[in-house]
Amino acid sequence: MFIANIGKYFMFLGSLFVNRESFSTYFKLTIEECSLIGINSIILVAIVSSFMGAVTTLQTAYNLINPLIPDYVISLVVRDMTILELAPTIIAIIFAGKVGSSMAGGLGTMRITEQIDALEVMGINSSSYLVLPKVIASILMYPLLVILAGILSIMGGYLVGSLAGIISPTDYIYGIRFDFNEFTVMFALIKSFVFAFLVSTISSYKGFYTSGGALEVGIASTQAVTTSVIAILFADYFLAQLLL
Amino acid sequence: MIEIENIHKAYNGTPILNGISGKFEKGKTNLILGASGTGKSVLLKCIVGLTLPDEGKVLYDNREFTTANKTVKTEIRREIGMLFQGSALFDSKNVEQNVMFPLDILTKMPLDEKLDRVNFCLKRVGLEDTNKKMPSEISGGMKKRVGIARAIVNSSRYLFCDEPNSGLDPQTSILIDNLIKEITVEYDITTVVVTHDMNSVMEIGDNIMFLHKGNKLWEGNNDNITQSDVEELNDFVFANKMMRNLKKQSNAS
Repeated sequence: MFIANIGKYFMFLGSLFVNRESFSTYFKLTIEECSLIGINSIILVAIVSSFMGAVTTLQTAYNLINPLIPDYVISLVVRDMTILELAPTIIAIIFAGKVGSSMAGGLGTMRITEQIDALEVMGINSSSYLVLPKVIASILMYPLLVILAGILSIMGGYLVGSLAGIISPTDYIYGIRFDFNEFTVMFALIKSFVFAFLVSTISSYKGFYTSGGALEVGIASTQAVTTSVIAILFADYFLAQLLL
Repeated sequence: MIEIENIHKAYNGTPILNGISGKFEKGKTNLILGASGTGKSVLLKCIVGLTLPDEGKVLYDNREFTTANKTVKTEIRREIGMLFQGSALFDSKNVEQNVMFPLDILTKMPLDEKLDRVNFCLKRVGLEDTNKKMPSEISGGMKKRVGIARAIVNSSRYLFCDEPNSGLDPQTSILIDNLIKEITVEYDITTVVVTHDMNSVMEIGDNIMFLHKGNKLWEGNNDNITQSDVEELNDFVFANKMMRNLKKQSNAS
């Protein structure tokens, strides 16, 4: 069953690239999806990442009680945790919950109300028409969300660190800049591309093959989130093993 | 004309269609009639290519469809208009965008020409001034009419309707039936309607194919359906008391 599903998933991916419509059709749809996927996620990502940075700063400071460890280590830890893991991975899980469930729910509803059949009858490759713009938009927008999350998380840490008197602004900035390895940003971006692809394709796959009624649409949405999160965690491990 | 030859279909080993053959003529409303669960919708799906039959052929004006390559299939499909049971209008688009959709995707018409065509089709189905309404803001009957407008906007040669009267009151049902009939004659297209509604049969049944448990038991038209000696068809046609009384009166006289 698992192997059959994997095979069906890859065939689904293959179907996205055959019998396509015109470039202008996809361009318009991709812009619409960018707005739905990216712009509509900004507030949630901003709130989550700001608090993530603030809490990481507080908890790192709480654990570094040795007077021999300089204060700037706090922001150094916040920086590396944010860039390497929190911004790309935790936000990917939020992304799967918000965008993935919406994709699966939307496509599932289209399936059970015969809207996908209507596209097929018109001679349109429904998987390509409906899913490809979502995948492209996710791959374009999710890395931008990760960059935003990284910046806001570090800023959240700065704000809380300064206001609570845990670390001086100068030390915080010094820690952020200390021994900075640019590859960590590249690593975070690679992860974000992979996670965006996984979330968008898995969620679309789950929604696209929904059968039954409203209950099954709900199940498809839940499965989309669960499977996406598991895939994100596996990919996270493999990418860390491979690239670091 | 659409011809089907020896269509077989089974799901999980259970046969749904057992060698259905027939012809659906141009300029006529061809009905596939039968009780629920007899395989009418499966047959329709086989004809339009939403489901592949296990065996058999579908020919659109002598063009083999079932085993055709993707290019030919797409070419034929672009000549098909279909009205779905639940109308299948795109929720995120308004009435105008729904009707314009096939033109947007399948043609390179300029916008003003597309708008003219959409307005013409909406007027034809009696829905002027609803262009900007969303599907959630219109009634079931209006949705069906928008569905018909969308099906004919691209000058389709073949029109398929899956239970066009489901969920509609008798008066609206007759309006929809008559609209389908008028459009069929006016544009000289091949129309196939799946129904279990006897009002539709009597109103628009130029050609009727009766299915029972996946088998074709009878073929005829609305003039001779009441004179059939097929027991299953008589059970279906005279299922209600009013029809039985009419038959008794007719036999007595």
